[in-house]
Amino acid sequence: MFTAFLIKYAEIGIKGKNRYLFEDALIHQIKYALKKCGGRYEVHKSQGRIFVDILEEAPGDTASGEACGEIPGESLGKAPGGAYGEFDFDETVAALKTVFGISGICPVVYTEDEGFEKLCETVIRYLGDVYPDLEQTFKVKARRARKDYPKDSMTLASDLGEAILEAYPQMRVDVHEPQILLNIEVREKIYIYSMTIPGPGGMPVGTNGKAMLLLSGGIDSPVAGYMIAKRGVKIDAVYFHAPPYTSERAKQKVVDLAAALAGFAGPVYLHVINFTDIQLYIYEKCPHEELTIIMRRYMMRIAEAIAGQTQCQGLVTGESIGQVASQTMSSLAATNEVCRMPVYRPLIGFDKQEIVEAAQRIGTFETSILPYEDCCTIFVAKHPVTRPNVGIIRRHEQNLAEKIDALVEAALAGRELIVVGRQ
Amino acid sequence: MEVYLDNSATTRVFPQVAELMTKIMCTDYGNPSSLHAKGVAAEQYLRGAGQTLSRILKVSERELLFTSGGTESDNLALAGAALALRRQGNHIITTQIEHPAVLQTCAYLEANGFRVTYLPVDGYGRIRLEDLQRAMTPDTILVSVMHINNEVGSVQPIAEAGALIRRMNPRTLFHVDAVQSFGKERIYPKRMNVDMLSASGHKIHGPKGVGLLYVGERVKLQPILFGGGQQRGLRSGTENVPGIAGLARAAELLYGSLDEDVERLYGLKRQFLEGVSRIEGVRINGVPESGIGDSAPHVCSVSFGGVRSEVLLHALEEKGIYVSAGSACSARRPQPSAALKAMGIPGELLSSTLRFSFSVFTTQEEICYTLQQIYSLIPMLRRYTRR
Repeated sequence: MFTAFLIKYAEIGIKGKNRYLFEDALIHQIKYALKKCGGRYEVHKSQGRIFVDILEEAPGDTASGEACGEIPGESLGKAPGGAYGEFDFDETVAALKTVFGISGICPVVYTEDEGFEKLCETVIRYLGDVYPDLEQTFKVKARRARKDYPKDSMTLASDLGEAILEAYPQMRVDVHEPQILLNIEVREKIYIYSMTIPGPGGMPVGTNGKAMLLLSGGIDSPVAGYMIAKRGVKIDAVYFHAPPYTSERAKQKVVDLAAALAGFAGPVYLHVINFTDIQLYIYEKCPHEELTIIMRRYMMRIAEAIAGQTQCQGLVTGESIGQVASQTMSSLAATNEVCRMPVYRPLIGFDKQEIVEAAQRIGTFETSILPYEDCCTIFVAKHPVTRPNVGIIRRHEQNLAEKIDALVEAALAGRELIVVGRQ
Repeated sequence: MEVYLDNSATTRVFPQVAELMTKIMCTDYGNPSSLHAKGVAAEQYLRGAGQTLSRILKVSERELLFTSGGTESDNLALAGAALALRRQGNHIITTQIEHPAVLQTCAYLEANGFRVTYLPVDGYGRIRLEDLQRAMTPDTILVSVMHINNEVGSVQPIAEAGALIRRMNPRTLFHVDAVQSFGKERIYPKRMNVDMLSASGHKIHGPKGVGLLYVGERVKLQPILFGGGQQRGLRSGTENVPGIAGLARAAELLYGSLDEDVERLYGLKRQFLEGVSRIEGVRINGVPESGIGDSAPHVCSVSFGGVRSEVLLHALEEKGIYVSAGSACSARRPQPSAALKAMGIPGELLSSTLRFSFSVFTTQEEICYTLQQIYSLIPMLRRYTRR
């Protein structure tokens, strides 16, 4: 029954002269998300708002299931099946809910202006179709944008309200806190809408530069990437693998996580670094308790090097204070000091449970818990240092002087680039 | 060089089998239940397959059922027989080292009121007949023992067990999971007092998705799939004609030159095990003192002390050599192998064990290459271990 979606956006509205940039980016991202869906769409700006017009409607499509204007959050992370066949309301809404920058999605019915009588019929049918239970309070909010329409906004609202009450005596008017806020906008066509499905919020990806995410197979880093992407930042990623200590499946798992991220953040350029030789060299030359810290320092250095080559303006990690030995305040300081670029740690104050819940919400959790070893765990010491002394760490890194630069260079030169999620 | 030594997981399909199946899928694609000529042509393939397999096993065609694979064969044999024999007794005997298709079906039956005894094994992965004898009760309706173990290649005394069961309680049914031995040994269920026998297509260079269950004449089974009543109502569902024909063709090819092939496989196994035993800290599993001839011709289980099996597996993979850690069916959930545990393999070796499994395609050259790679990898991997 719906013919379009009105896209509401929150923060873009308060931008000044750059507003059009944000709107254009949002339109771009909406189009990207809709490529996965069946049906044909036209996305356009009109009167400072964005509309997604549905160019064909599935036969017999009704959206009565969404009558309460709420869609359970679980559908958020699911990638729709692919661009096959007809328009499907749920599929399209699920896709729009992956677009950062959208704060609300309003399914709209367009109708031609064929006189007030006809409009009343349409509105009454709309309410009956959308709300199985009409024992609710309502308010009609009319906006006459086309000034040659015979009724002004106030009159239109009250006349429609009267007609609705007559058709559905079980409904009650409440102008202060209505359960159903029925919007009627008179333009070249008349728009009817009353539901708002919450969007993910945030800002359109691409409006805030680009960052390099250190992506492991764990639970945290995909969530960190999601959070930074939500602020409009495009995400590239780097993954360190250590064959034969880590397997092809462990790498595939990271590609799958990048794909889940790409569902929100657009195509992800995933750089895969073979870390084995560096890791073994550190293992041989440095104290075992410091292995993880020194390893992470080299990961940061390598990530920063790739970030510099790919126009990234920062690094992103999934670290959270105190979660493991390498994420204590002293350890974070020790890994942080090798970078000049800012390192963003959006999960820094999160508890594990909060991160797990976020991972479940964005649909990366099930992949993250697959039991393949990643390179951070293979040689981990029984008792790694929790309060590394930066001076001592630096001194021990001197043991690596002979070969480490060549090894890092070789790892950078041999990196593999996988583009995930390009459509 | 690519060396595929994971033939207990699955095998490369014989080209003759693939050709036959392509012809059936593209030309003779009828439904064997259809009345028209296209259906009759398809039915001919089923008949031909039944004839071939019944000759190999020396059973009647009417005693063969085709399933979707070894798992379904095991499920139908155990659940089907147990449910049908409910009134006769509620006791089942099996072993600790069966495939999950048997163990999980037993767990299901336990949850539904049956009692299951799991026979232990000796250090070479073999059950003891005394244990079986002791476990038998007048209530025992079913015994299920695998022929060749998939993880270590131990061979169970099937004929002796069959005779023992028949002597102690002629009404007790004997099921054998022969998924690993079919195509490697001559198996005659009737002579061995075996009432049901499972086999699979893809372990014998046939296709995946097809299996065989021999069900002796005297056995009453309760079906576990319901539908159009195909295969005498015991296994409903349109027959997988290309799969069944492919399975039979593969079996025909294997049994056509079985003795030479098995002898050659034992030769390769001897060469390989002699080669690896030159490395210090290596333990060979599942080969009894009586010699290699009393273990499976195609499965070698080797523990490399001080090396994690997964790491060695991936290191070999980098050299083009494909092997397995534990059985492929459980490698996605890394956990110490139940069979190795039951054999009493020391804890630190459980996660250091690899399985190398050969096929008729395996060559001496491939074994040499594999040994060379193992020789150079083991010292390197032992240098870097979790401290």
